[in-house]
Amino acid sequence: MSGRIGIGQRLYKGQVSFNFVGRRRTWYAISAIILLVSIGALVFRGLNLGIEFRGGADFAISNATCSVEQARTVAEAKTGSQAIVTSAVNGTIRVQTESLSAEESSVLAGELADLCGVPKAEIKVQVVGPTWGSEISKKALQALIVFLLLVSIFLSIYFEWRMAVAALVALAHDLVITIGIYSLTGLEVTPATVIGLLTILGFSLYDTVVVFDKVKENTRNIAGQSVLTYSEAANLALNQTLVRSINTSIVALLPVLAIIIIGAGFLGAGTLLDLAVALAVGMAAGAYSSIFIATPFLAQLKERQPAMRSLTARVTARRAQGGKGRAGGVDSEGGEGDFAVTTRVDETVRNQPKRVSRSRRPKS
Amino acid sequence: MAPPVTSRPARGLIALLIVLVGLVAWAFWPGTQTNVRLGLDLQGGTQVILVPKPVTAGATITDEQLQQTVAIIRQRVDGLGVAEAEVTTQGSGNGAAIIVSVPGAEQDRVVDLVKRTALLDFRPVDTLLSPAPFDVNATPAPNPSASPSATPSPSPSSTFVPGTALVQSPDNSVEHQGKVAALDCTNPVAYTGGTPDDPALWLGTCERTGEIKYNLEPAFIKGSNVTGATAGLPQNGIGSWVVSLEFDSEGANALAEASTKLSALPDCGTGVSPCNAFAIVLDGVVVSAPRFNEPILGGQAQIEGNFTAQEANDLANVLKYGALPVTLDPVDITSVSPTVGNDQLRAGIIAGLLGLVLVMIYLLIYYRALGIVAVISLIIAAGITYLLFIVFSKTIGLTLTLAGVAGAIVAIGITADSFIVYFERIRDEIREGRSLRQACESGWVRARRTLLAADFVSLLAAVVLYLLSVGSVRGFAFVLGLTTIIDVLVAFWFTHPLVVLIGRTKWMQKGSRWTGLDADRVGGHSLAGEVVGKSRRRASSEKKTEEVPSP
Repeated sequence: MSGRIGIGQRLYKGQVSFNFVGRRRTWYAISAIILLVSIGALVFRGLNLGIEFRGGADFAISNATCSVEQARTVAEAKTGSQAIVTSAVNGTIRVQTESLSAEESSVLAGELADLCGVPKAEIKVQVVGPTWGSEISKKALQALIVFLLLVSIFLSIYFEWRMAVAALVALAHDLVITIGIYSLTGLEVTPATVIGLLTILGFSLYDTVVVFDKVKENTRNIAGQSVLTYSEAANLALNQTLVRSINTSIVALLPVLAIIIIGAGFLGAGTLLDLAVALAVGMAAGAYSSIFIATPFLAQLKERQPAMRSLTARVTARRAQGGKGRAGGVDSEGGEGDFAVTTRVDETVRNQPKRVSRSRRPKS
Repeated sequence: MAPPVTSRPARGLIALLIVLVGLVAWAFWPGTQTNVRLGLDLQGGTQVILVPKPVTAGATITDEQLQQTVAIIRQRVDGLGVAEAEVTTQGSGNGAAIIVSVPGAEQDRVVDLVKRTALLDFRPVDTLLSPAPFDVNATPAPNPSASPSATPSPSPSSTFVPGTALVQSPDNSVEHQGKVAALDCTNPVAYTGGTPDDPALWLGTCERTGEIKYNLEPAFIKGSNVTGATAGLPQNGIGSWVVSLEFDSEGANALAEASTKLSALPDCGTGVSPCNAFAIVLDGVVVSAPRFNEPILGGQAQIEGNFTAQEANDLANVLKYGALPVTLDPVDITSVSPTVGNDQLRAGIIAGLLGLVLVMIYLLIYYRALGIVAVISLIIAAGITYLLFIVFSKTIGLTLTLAGVAGAIVAIGITADSFIVYFERIRDEIREGRSLRQACESGWVRARRTLLAADFVSLLAAVVLYLLSVGSVRGFAFVLGLTTIIDVLVAFWFTHPLVVLIGRTKWMQKGSRWTGLDADRVGGHSLAGEVVGKSRRRASSEKKTEEVPSP
């Protein structure tokens, strides 16, 4: 118990440290593979768009007494084209056809009602014209662009433009992965899915903002010292907020899981489930990207600044000169102000855990 | 704006209490609606999204046309007599959408209702009647002598039933007059219209405020004969607003004929029949009934009637757009039965409760005493959300849809995130060597910044989504935005003050393992300075290991 809990403390002090920033090539490579698969799936498989986007009619018959085949026969005879008929766990049969006129859909609903032994009024009907979907998509895209613009401005003012860029890169990463998973699994994309995607925007950024806020705090006076490079300070911030990131992600995912369980168990496919699946995928990707993508990418951008480059040179020179004595030491009340914790990131990762357990275990 | 070193926790708690009491009073004020209005997907009903298209291709839809269309549709939907039926618009110009929601109604009825084009006609007035229904047979009326018409004459012995539907007959028979007399124009169903009339038949109907009842002759001009209508002041500038009308040649001829005949008749009044007025009938009810002062021969007429500018413009619009000013394309028809709606609502509530419970369990296990604060904060946030749903239901007509419910569930996690950010900050501060008291304050100062920045991003997303999207996305965005604000409010006025208060207790400062801030969790300097008794050993040993320099 205390081992798990104590980790928060050790992470904070830099006694245990994961080298997120230093190993960015590894994370980039992992993400690149996932992104390539996602984009490939999108290009070659496309998305299974719901009727709201391509137009069509959708009939949901709860407590139906008819079989899927019977419903299909009736629907195809009526429309003269292929119908998709599915059956959900709770006995609801769902019939999807091409777009119908209001009158045609009413007639088909009546026939399905007779066939499946339910009152016509009990059938949930949705008919969407073929042009409406593009309208919804266009609006969603507009909203996305406006939001990205505004949020870039906000992040640039609150943090700096490099952080805005890094946050948006992480965001794009999450969106592409989520869309890719929809493409790979063939899950239906409905307006609820779009809502889910748009929520991920806010959520992924929430995570990133929390981490960046700590990075900003840790690097406030970074140019005035020569103990830590920007990358190391950023990595320390990541480690210090790691428990927080994990907790916030778990807590955000719990209600979404509740929706998935209830949605799948009680309702079959529907708004709740569509939304929750998109959210779950996006939140998981968001948690990953705020740690493995956003901050390493930010560090990479920052290290290009002349001031940060000379800082890195100074730190390297100092370490070469000062030897190993000071490295890895913990000086929590040290005079560096914001750099109370000094850590040699590279060493810590490889050696520190063993050392820590040796010195701390006797107690517990 | 500079944060005080020591906050006054009581202030926040009192502020929250005031807000809570205010909201409860507002939400449950006797005599007002005290429940959350549910969307159609949760209570059953039909929603139709209509995209208006200009009648002439390439033209732009003006706001005026859009408002006129909505007014006409609203009139018809109100005619259904369903409470809470709604007609709203989103967007403007050619990108606009009209959303018609009718709870409980079936698809066929609603689609038929909104797609139909409005019917406008002009009819000579036969008789003006008082709006209340009366039984012609009760008065010593002329004996209903055997009329040769196919329908049987009403039996005098039958009980009298006031009608609410407009009355149409091929001629002005005694039977027709009897039905017109029985029409109850004091009943809103009768005077809101919505049922189109057949221009070739006699019509018994109401004035659209329900003040007068009319018996009207068959139409002499149809709406399609009107080529233009404008509101304006008379050319000599004297008098009130008038409405000028222009007709096509067919309309002009009919007008000349009718006006010549009618203007010779006596002024209208109760019991005068026939008289010199004509009625402008829209969708079955009388919009206006001007009098012919003289024969009108040029195909141009002017309606005078002590109009205000508003009234004149409204009438001109009715005349101009009697048939809808646009064509309507139903692009999305969704019909949900009440049973399915109920199921969805129940599933949403269960999912919400399950999510809430899961989050609470996690917070309690991980944060112990602080977790309790977080759980109470969550309950308060949920309560405020519910109260605000009620308040917004009755003030701005918020309807809670399934997407909104989903938004509220997702918000549980986001709200809890704020507490985590704060609690982890407190732990950080303790690790930096601060006392619990200090940590609760300084941790808040830092967490607050993070929290505001992160919540601002969430709010930004919600606002942009709300303003730019259509349909269910809007409902979701509204709830998400609302809960983000509630999150900030609860964190500022409840979570922080309460944490500060319990942080002052001896028990918390002892650093028991149930506080969530004990040495095991926080480590290092954890409250070491104030630790007494049993915990000291652990704390000091912790401190010792801490100070052992790494080899």
